[in-house]
Order: sequence, then C-alpha cells, then structure tokens
Amino acid sequence: MAATASVGTEVSVVGKEDGEAAAEEQQVVNPWEVSAGKGGIDYDKLVDQFGCQRLDDALVARIARLTARPPHRFLRRGIFFAHRDLNEILDLYERGERFYLYTGRGPSSEALHLGHLIPFMFTKYLQDAFKVPLVIQLTDDEKFLWKNLTVEETKRLARENAKDIIACGFDVERTFIFSDFNYVGGAFYENMVKVARCVTYNKVVGIFGFTPEDHIGKISFPPVQAVPSFPSSFPHLFSGNDQLRCLIPCAIDQDPYFRMTRDVAPRIGYQKPSLIESRFFPALQGENTKMSASDPNSAIYVTDSAKEIKTKVNKYAFSGGQDSIELHRKLGANLDVDVPIKYLNFFLEDDNELEHIKKEYKEGRMLTGEVKQRLVAVLSELVARHQRARAQVTEEMVDAFMAVRPLPNMFG
Amino acid sequence: MGYTKDQLLARLQELNIDFSCYDHPVVLTVEEQVKYVGHLGGALSKNLLLKDKKHRLYVVSALAGTKDDMKLLSQRLGLGKGGLRMAPEENLLEVLQVPLGCVTPFALINESARYRGMLYMFTSKQICYFHPLTNNVTIALSSSNLDKFLMSIGKQSAYVDLEASPDVGKDNPPDLADLVPSGVPNSSVPVENVTPTNVPGQNDMPKEKTRLPDVKAKPKVQNKCAEKTRSKIPTNGTNVEKFVNDVFDIMSPLFLSEVSKKLNVKQEELSSILDGFRERAAPDLESVTMSLKNASYTARFEAGFETMLNLGLNGRSPRK
Repeated sequence: MAATASVGTEVSVVGKEDGEAAAEEQQVVNPWEVSAGKGGIDYDKLVDQFGCQRLDDALVARIARLTARPPHRFLRRGIFFAHRDLNEILDLYERGERFYLYTGRGPSSEALHLGHLIPFMFTKYLQDAFKVPLVIQLTDDEKFLWKNLTVEETKRLARENAKDIIACGFDVERTFIFSDFNYVGGAFYENMVKVARCVTYNKVVGIFGFTPEDHIGKISFPPVQAVPSFPSSFPHLFSGNDQLRCLIPCAIDQDPYFRMTRDVAPRIGYQKPSLIESRFFPALQGENTKMSASDPNSAIYVTDSAKEIKTKVNKYAFSGGQDSIELHRKLGANLDVDVPIKYLNFFLEDDNELEHIKKEYKEGRMLTGEVKQRLVAVLSELVARHQRARAQVTEEMVDAFMAVRPLPNMFG
Repeated sequence: MGYTKDQLLARLQELNIDFSCYDHPVVLTVEEQVKYVGHLGGALSKNLLLKDKKHRLYVVSALAGTKDDMKLLSQRLGLGKGGLRMAPEENLLEVLQVPLGCVTPFALINESARYRGMLYMFTSKQICYFHPLTNNVTIALSSSNLDKFLMSIGKQSAYVDLEASPDVGKDNPPDLADLVPSGVPNSSVPVENVTPTNVPGQNDMPKEKTRLPDVKAKPKVQNKCAEKTRSKIPTNGTNVEKFVNDVFDIMSPLFLSEVSKKLNVKQEELSSILDGFRERAAPDLESVTMSLKNASYTARFEAGFETMLNLGLNGRSPRK
C-alpha cells in the first residue's frame, strides 16, 4: 500500500498562543510519505484534518462485549485509535448481519520488520473475534509503478511477503490472498473502471498530490486499491451479496485512498467501507528517524536472530533515560521519546506489568538496561513464534491461500 | 425434526465419546428403569425439566437418590421461593422433542432446544445413566464424556451440588444466580445468530446517520444457504481456539491432580499457577495449531485439484 516518497499534501499548523512562542509545525502524511514536525506526529490534528473519528473507551468496551473476549492490546493501548463508521459495523454485527475484512501490503522488499506486522496482527485478532472472512491485497503492480523493479521481481516479492503474512496466523478457511498482477480482471476490473469514471483528474491530484510529470500508471492506480472494499469484486466469495459491508484495518496514512472510495461508493450503488486506523510504528533509533531497508539497524526484522535482536535493542534503540545512573535515579526517564517503552507498549501483553515498568522507569527506580532487557525477551519470543510459523509455510500453502476458491466456512 | 436415537449415538461416536448402550422395554420412571439397568453398578439419573416465571427452561440431572427440593433450588437461582415449576408436557415435546419420561441432557442437541434460555445442571461426577432420546434404551457414560458432548453442542451447563442446602437470605445471596440464562427466549423461528454475546438492553450507541435504504436480508439469505448444505450442528472441528482450550482442559486436571498428590500441595494453590501458564502458552499453541490446520487444508486442496485434473468428476463417489 505505501510507496516511496513523492510529493504529498502538506499541513501547516500555527502553534499555540498564550505567551508561548508560536511555532510552525509541518507534518506530512499520505500513502507515500510520513514525516513529523517537531515533537512527533500530532494525531489530534491529523484526525481533525482527515475528518475521521477517534476510537474511545466506550467503543473498545462495546467491541469486547460483542466479541465476548478481552479487546486486543492495540485497542487497549490506543494504537488503533481512529475510525470511520466503525459504529455501523458493530450495529449490524449486533443485529446478526455479516461483514468482511480487507487489508493489504505493497510488497516492496523481502524483509519485513515488526512495524509491517502490526496491521496483520490486528487483522488476525479481528478475524478470530468476529469470525469473518478476510481478503488481503498484494499491490505488486503499485510497486512496479513506483519503484525501479521488474514485473517478475514484484510478483516474486508478493509471494514471499504472502508467506510472512500467512505466518501471522490467518485461517485458510476464511482468508483469500491475491496479488494484483494475478487477479485483476473480470468483475474486479469492472469495479475499477466504475470507480475511475467517478474521480476527476483534479480530484486525484488533490488527494494524492500527483503532478503533470507523473506517469499515467500512477494516476490510474488508486481504483485498484479502492475496489477490494466492494464485495462484488470477489464473485467467487460473495456472489449475490453486493451490499455486504467491509471493514478496513490500516495505518492512518492510507486514509486518502478510502476517503476517495467512500466518496465514490454511493454513486455506484455500493456501501461505504468502514475503517479502523492505527498510529505509526516508531523507528528503532527514534521517532524522528526513518526505518529504511538500507539501514538494517533502523528496525527489528522478522528474520533477526535472538542475538541480533539483543544487539539492536541494546545499541540502537533510542533511550529516554539519563546519561548517568545517579542522574537517572534523580530525574527518571523521559517516556515521550524512549523507544523501548514505546515498543513495549506495542508488544508487551500484560497491562499491569507495562504500567509497573513505566512507573518505575519514569521515577528513576528502573534503569534503561532493565527495560531493554525486558523488551529483548518480549521481542525474541514474538519473532521466534513468527519464524517457526514461517518455516511451516510452503509454496503449496501460498497457492492454497491464493487460489480463487469458495470459502464455505467463512462466516462459521 | 428432532434427532433420533440413532443419529444421536452416531454423533457421540463421531465425537469419540465412549458409552455403553442397553436396550430394554419402555420405561417411564426411574423405578422402572432400575429394574433393567440397576444391576450394572452405575448411577441412575433423575432428570427434570423445570420452568421459571420468565419461561426459561432448566434441565436438571440429579442422582436418582437425591431429594429434589425445587423450592431451595429456586431460591439458590435467585428466582424466589416459588420460582420453579415442573415444565408442562408441551415443552417436553416441543422444545426437547422427547416423549414423557424421557428428559435427558442429550435432548439439548436438538435445534429446538437451542434458542430457549436453557440451563443444564447436573450433580454427579461418576458414570451415569441417561436415556438417549428414547425410553427403551439407556446409555452409560462418564461425566467427562458428558462434558465433551455438552461442549460440542455449545450448551451452557453447570455442576451443582443439589444436596447442599445453603441458607439463602439477606446475608447469603443466591449462590447459583449467575447461572440463570440471560436474554429472553425466542419461541419462534430461530434467529441466525443467537450467541451469548447478544446481550440486550445495554445499548449506548444511538443510531447515527442515514444508511442506504434496505440494507438487506441478503446476508441472511446467504447464511441460510450455507447452513442448508452443512450438517445441522455447526462444525467446530476446525476451530483452532476450541482445540487449544480442549488441550488445556485435558491437561490441566491431570497436571493438577498429579502434582498436588506428588508435592502434597492443595489443588487450589496450583490452579492460579496453571492459569498463568495457560495464558502464556496459548499464543504459541494457537500458532502451531493454525500452522497444522493450514497445512492440512493445503494438502487436501492439492489432492482435490489433482483428482479433478486426472479423474474429473469420476474421482468422487456419488453422495446420494
């Protein structure tokens, strides 16, 4: 879904009044670029600017009630924090109606890092909790259009990424994975063209920031990512059910695609998809740095060994602790910038333990080394589990997930 | 249509539930039943179908010798002193779909029994005798096997010590009140998804926005079709979470009893450790189980594909 940096829509925000020096912050958030102003991404402003809703505690409690299980830690911790029309999905689910899930990945590299897994981990939870089917789109065509890769290479990367996605634990009886180069055509293509006819050149430039120098491949790509929101794109799955609702878990930078989709949907007789959106995953070396494939120490990869995880966390994870033990005991740690604490927020399951660590660390009683040690243990367990599952994924299993086949048990 | 005895017994075999089966002439009471199977040494059960003022039904299986104190049971359930009555014969026929004298937990397998507020209580942990939907047969099975059956049909049930007589009063709240089924029973056509999660009356979300008109019954139609082609019981056979729970349910009691014996520690002290252990092991166990499930699906998918390629439709024996 996300591509390389190109021009995006900029947000200029003038800072506060009241005696504080007015600071100009500029954050850029779109599918191809995410960069923060000083102090990191301002999510409140983002939600305001995009026009989506915040996910509050009442909604999280409602999800827990409807699914008769504790809410996922990403909900408890406010990592999935915004939505569009999630209430409608919950209403219809409560009435006994169905919906399906849609998420995806742009297969630009073979190496997946932990941040890439976040939407998939959450989507798996949604699949298990609501017992609904899922379609996963691998946008190999997008990567071909935006990056310097051959078609064969993007197709190969799509299959490789599919293996890591399957290793997240999706249920083959309820999951259809497809890559654009393999699947586009038929009813899917018909929907693409229907969407395309409803979006002017000016509109798409306004949403995505295309310029006259961009080739027409880029400009005509957005409908490809829009139409998996419509069940009629999958006649082998949802035939006869073209009002079935769709819920899309994704990172908030994907919002523009689905703003466009929601705008078009009623005009072509379809339901608007609902969204549930997450914050960004911080890079190992600090919020204001970027994770990049060229710097292996900018992230923890799913292929890292326990030793590599330990080294990376100890050497490169940006710490909010003080420079010396005495100073640390006195002043405590700055949790706002401390990356190990942020990672624990994402990956440590036990709420009580997390609170305890945060308190002790902030008040200087726990040292950076101890926090990092705990993080290394948590990440090693996670990565080991992923690697074990990944080892079990065969080419035939990928074929099975990607086969255009009916899913008779998909709502079971 | 209700299950026949043969269908039930076939189902038990499918679930790998061991039981022994004894034919005899039709019996309507426990006293008569004793004449034919009393010598076998297990425990005969006395089965009652009770109804409360809100038309919720309770199936209670007690050991034949227990005195049934409906007044006390009613109090313990928080229904007041006169809250429980014997259910009328129509309920037997309509809901449980069994004849008179044949109340049995196995009747809960029927679809008609699913959508009533229903609670099953039983009080024995030994081998017990029940009627398998008909009065001229008795089957014997252990309580763990009965548990297995109840889990397979997803029925809420509870062990209750019917001999106990706690003093239910102001200082002693009804100890079984939590077991009373929630939700108003639907006596008409069963709704597609009656799950315990459909708790009514707590809705805080006002209906927002105008939706597109007639958002259909179409999804329901699809589900009805899906259900028609499947067997009546929703197949839990491929449910990973259920499998993991089953594994723990098998291992926990064994572990608890062995360790408590060996180390001379009370089981209650160990069970909190076991709960923590269960929580920590669950993600890994679910992960490997899902891998297994996906691998097995893949293998049968390949096999199906090969069969179609090489043999076409002849590759499958006809279903009728």
